[in-house]
Amino acid sequence: MENNNAYKGYRGAALSVLKNFKAPVWSDVDLITPKGTYSGIILPRSEKADDLHIVLKMPIGYNIGILAEAVTDIKVKGQKEAIYKIPEKAFPVDPNKPNIKLLGTGGTIASRLDYRTGAVIPAFSPGELYGSVPELADYCNLDTEKLYGVFSENMGPEQWIGTAKAIGREIDKGVQGIVIGHGTDVMHHTAAVLSFMVQDSPIPIVMVGSQRSSDRPSSDAALNLIHAVKTAAESDIAETMVCMFGPTSDEYGLLHRGTRVRKMHSSYRSTFRTIGDIPLAKVDRNEITPFSDNYKKRRKDRNVTINPVFEEKVSMVYYYPNMQPDIIDSLIDNGYKGIVIAGTGLGHVNKPVYPALKRAQEKGVAVYMTVQTLWGYVQMYVYDTGRDMMELGVVPLANMLPEVAYVKLGWALGQTHDLDKVKEIMLTPIAGEITEREPSNGYLIFQGGIPEVEEFISKYRK
Amino acid sequence: MLNFIFKPFNEMTDEDYQLVGFKSGLEIHQLLLTEKKLFCRCPAGKYNFEYNAEILRHMRPTLSELGEYDGTALMEFKTKKDIVYRINRESVCTYEMDDTPPFLINEQALDIALETAMLFNSNIVDELHIARKQYLDGSIPTGFQRTAIFSLNGEIPYKDRKISIIQQSIEEDSCREVSDIGHTRIYITDRLGMPLIETVTGPDMKTPREVAEVARICARVVRSTNKVRRGMGAAREDVNVSVEGGTRVEIKGVPKISTIPLLTYNEAKRQWNLLRLREELKDRGITPETFKAESADVTTLLKRPHYLPLKTAIYDGQRVMCVNLHGFKDLLHWETQTDTYFSKEISDRVRVIACLTTLPNIVHSDSKSDTLTSAEWALIKKHMNANESDTLVLVWGSEMDTDTAVKEITIRAKEATIGIPSETRQALDDGTNGFERILPGADRMYPDTDLPPKQITAERLEKIKKQLPEPIWERENWYRELKIPPDTIEELSIHPLAAVFKEAVEKMKIDPVLAAVVTIQWTKKLKKAGYDISLITDYMMREIFECYSSGIISREGIYLALKKSVELGKFYAELLPKPLTRSELKSIIKREKAYLNDMPLYDKSNYNKLLTGRVMDAVRGRIEFEKISQILDEHDKEAKNGK
Repeated sequence: MENNNAYKGYRGAALSVLKNFKAPVWSDVDLITPKGTYSGIILPRSEKADDLHIVLKMPIGYNIGILAEAVTDIKVKGQKEAIYKIPEKAFPVDPNKPNIKLLGTGGTIASRLDYRTGAVIPAFSPGELYGSVPELADYCNLDTEKLYGVFSENMGPEQWIGTAKAIGREIDKGVQGIVIGHGTDVMHHTAAVLSFMVQDSPIPIVMVGSQRSSDRPSSDAALNLIHAVKTAAESDIAETMVCMFGPTSDEYGLLHRGTRVRKMHSSYRSTFRTIGDIPLAKVDRNEITPFSDNYKKRRKDRNVTINPVFEEKVSMVYYYPNMQPDIIDSLIDNGYKGIVIAGTGLGHVNKPVYPALKRAQEKGVAVYMTVQTLWGYVQMYVYDTGRDMMELGVVPLANMLPEVAYVKLGWALGQTHDLDKVKEIMLTPIAGEITEREPSNGYLIFQGGIPEVEEFISKYRK
Repeated sequence: MLNFIFKPFNEMTDEDYQLVGFKSGLEIHQLLLTEKKLFCRCPAGKYNFEYNAEILRHMRPTLSELGEYDGTALMEFKTKKDIVYRINRESVCTYEMDDTPPFLINEQALDIALETAMLFNSNIVDELHIARKQYLDGSIPTGFQRTAIFSLNGEIPYKDRKISIIQQSIEEDSCREVSDIGHTRIYITDRLGMPLIETVTGPDMKTPREVAEVARICARVVRSTNKVRRGMGAAREDVNVSVEGGTRVEIKGVPKISTIPLLTYNEAKRQWNLLRLREELKDRGITPETFKAESADVTTLLKRPHYLPLKTAIYDGQRVMCVNLHGFKDLLHWETQTDTYFSKEISDRVRVIACLTTLPNIVHSDSKSDTLTSAEWALIKKHMNANESDTLVLVWGSEMDTDTAVKEITIRAKEATIGIPSETRQALDDGTNGFERILPGADRMYPDTDLPPKQITAERLEKIKKQLPEPIWERENWYRELKIPPDTIEELSIHPLAAVFKEAVEKMKIDPVLAAVVTIQWTKKLKKAGYDISLITDYMMREIFECYSSGIISREGIYLALKKSVELGKFYAELLPKPLTRSELKSIIKREKAYLNDMPLYDKSNYNKLLTGRVMDAVRGRIEFEKISQILDEHDKEAKNGK
């Protein structure tokens, strides 16, 4: 690849035209075509775009694409490469404020778009963060560490284990709160697994991200970060939590328990919801308001249990009508040690799958049942089919969310392959992943259109 | 040169404008007539002030590539506004709320945009790149407008020269402001996201009248597509004005072209007078380097102020701050625009940036009206250590707002020593303009990473070209040759039926004046009678003209056929009045005669008139009047001959 960076992203016809006229990217040019002359700077091209056009940034800031084959000449007037730098301002230190550690894993909580390339440049050092969100200094002294730079969906066991260990180190050093910047897509998986890997933390561990990237004026990033930092610095709740927008308005954030939270909308700001229970608290710039006192309290000691293990050969199967046994069989044949099923209704799969479940039992594969309704408990006694399945070794997981069950099973099998011990770990609630009772307000999905609902929601900002 | 003093609006000559170096260009916004919005599938054009939900947002400035805040961005952040959006579920979805990524661009809107580009003789870009243009005033919930340039370097003929069309962009419309009081700005979102095009002319207009004329031409060019919205707010102009030595200042949101001349006159005058003010300051030895101002809290000095706004403020526990502008004596009363003074420039900044929106928001010692007593001024003057050549400005409000206000008063006064600040200004009803915000720079443009670039193919352009209307200036020249009445020429050139008119004249050889009357006046007549004339299609009109040209219907029959076709929403040949046969007419005449013969007529001399009228009513549209009278005559003769 000789074109590498000088002609970044260009291929085919467009590349040969640029090479022909010796006009690499960032050249300030007059580009001549039979239709007229265009002036501007040649920008790198997205590799996913076609190979027919040259992208020009015009002096007024707009970009246009010009058909390469129509170009008769390019006059290079100079080079104007953008070197982007986030301004830094030293984060103020106040001995009376708590010390907070921000661990970065990636995601868009603190990033800036390089508007010429479209690349996202993370703002992350305390100085950079102070430069863009100066309000953070009102709450704490901030230190940061970039653990990973991956997109949310690339978070996996390696990063989970590394993050758990980093939390352990920070608690040992005596920080008063931890904030973890994370992409939102699998934030609830990480929140759940950290709830198991890090137990009895003396301080709040707050996960935060953003649904609108921070290069946008209306981004939720800054406010989410402010809420998260306030929670880490001041809150009495020493649990692993997710801190994200409550409503879509810039009003308050909600603190969700790490094992009961789920991303419920692909793009809304208020996408995270507590399932089957109520959130722990709400937080705004001025105060943190717990909804009950059912949480683990902050302590002064530095004791914490870090158990960073994970068995990767665990899978999750989302049941659908007409599912064939070969789906389960292939997992068994590929050496999987644990399977979480998201079953229909109270936790069911169809009869044709039974032989495969029997085989799993014989091969020593741990099979657990959750519900794809998300709300409610698995109840396998109500129908005969449920009892049949239990005889085939399928263990019901009460009201544990499917994703939570998946990470917990990976974590349990990481500790032991003794299925009885695994079962004991799975069924013993550690961080609220199974609750004994579901309060009636733990299931509230308002149905739009109903007059009384409309009347109620019209009184509050969305 | 600055010795020139602006004359009243009506007395300014072209030479005067040449002397001050008047230059103006236009940015014309035109809503497109589409079914749906530009980047989502919400219906377009559902205007409604009713709402069923509210959203609160704040806008944060984002940094430019060089780590600088854009001037406008910083200003908007200083204002610390709560932005409230009112949402009607019928016309707004989660996209406009900025809770869903954009859908692909509306192809119908893009086609219309490309059609206008062809009419402006512009170069259409090969590939469309959607950009985000930042707006921190909150007028768009995302904080930016999605926009893309689709054409460059066009031109239109004007007088004996060309006006350049620098570029055109297709973009989503913003919210309508409901109110902006204190720290809360409220927007209604019904217009948000509707497709519009912005057409930017070069700064080629040399007098205020020219600006309005070119605006009118541009507006008619896009209307000639008949695919743009009409009515209040569907077309809005931003006007850029500068004078020699001045700065490009943008007057936003001019709703009516007829207001442009006075608005641009006043802006030119403002710039000219601000340049003169700078000279005056220089003569007084006040330059950016020597400019001096200080401020102090004077609340306690004003125990019981005579001036009511101050009295109320102090009663409400607010703070009163004083700024001493050294050497500015009498300059706050320096005229900028017609009956508008430099103090307005300061008051505007305080209103917009410090959010002190209740007017008056400042009072100053140059004021000629009854404000503070001289004793009160003396007290403050002493406290401020001010001397005879200074001017004192008082501002009142909360601590935070008066802090901002004091800074803004100082900034604006200092800017007077530099020249004319780059601003966007708001058109006011009296023809003057007021500060809206600092003019943003190119730094606020970002590529929209949510949407891929879009190729504009040759096939697409070919297809549009096939149904492109002729340029209006070509049509108009032809109409003049045809001797169409001058007052209908402009209307006809952008009429939806202009293409059929051409066919009627050229192919069917119909009298141009008749064809014009049918196209313009008779359709209007139908509209007045309550018919929906948008139902008149090219096909319908063409068929009717053809029936006329081949003699199937009469001149009068055209109107009746048109009426019937609109009633039924479709043209049916069967509906046309059948041509009258001679024997049919004769029997009708006989019938009517019999009827009249039975009537007791007092004035027999009216007989013929009555008969003609009755026969006409019975055969309307089926035969020309001349033929009726001819046959009536024959009938008479036959009767006299005793048959």
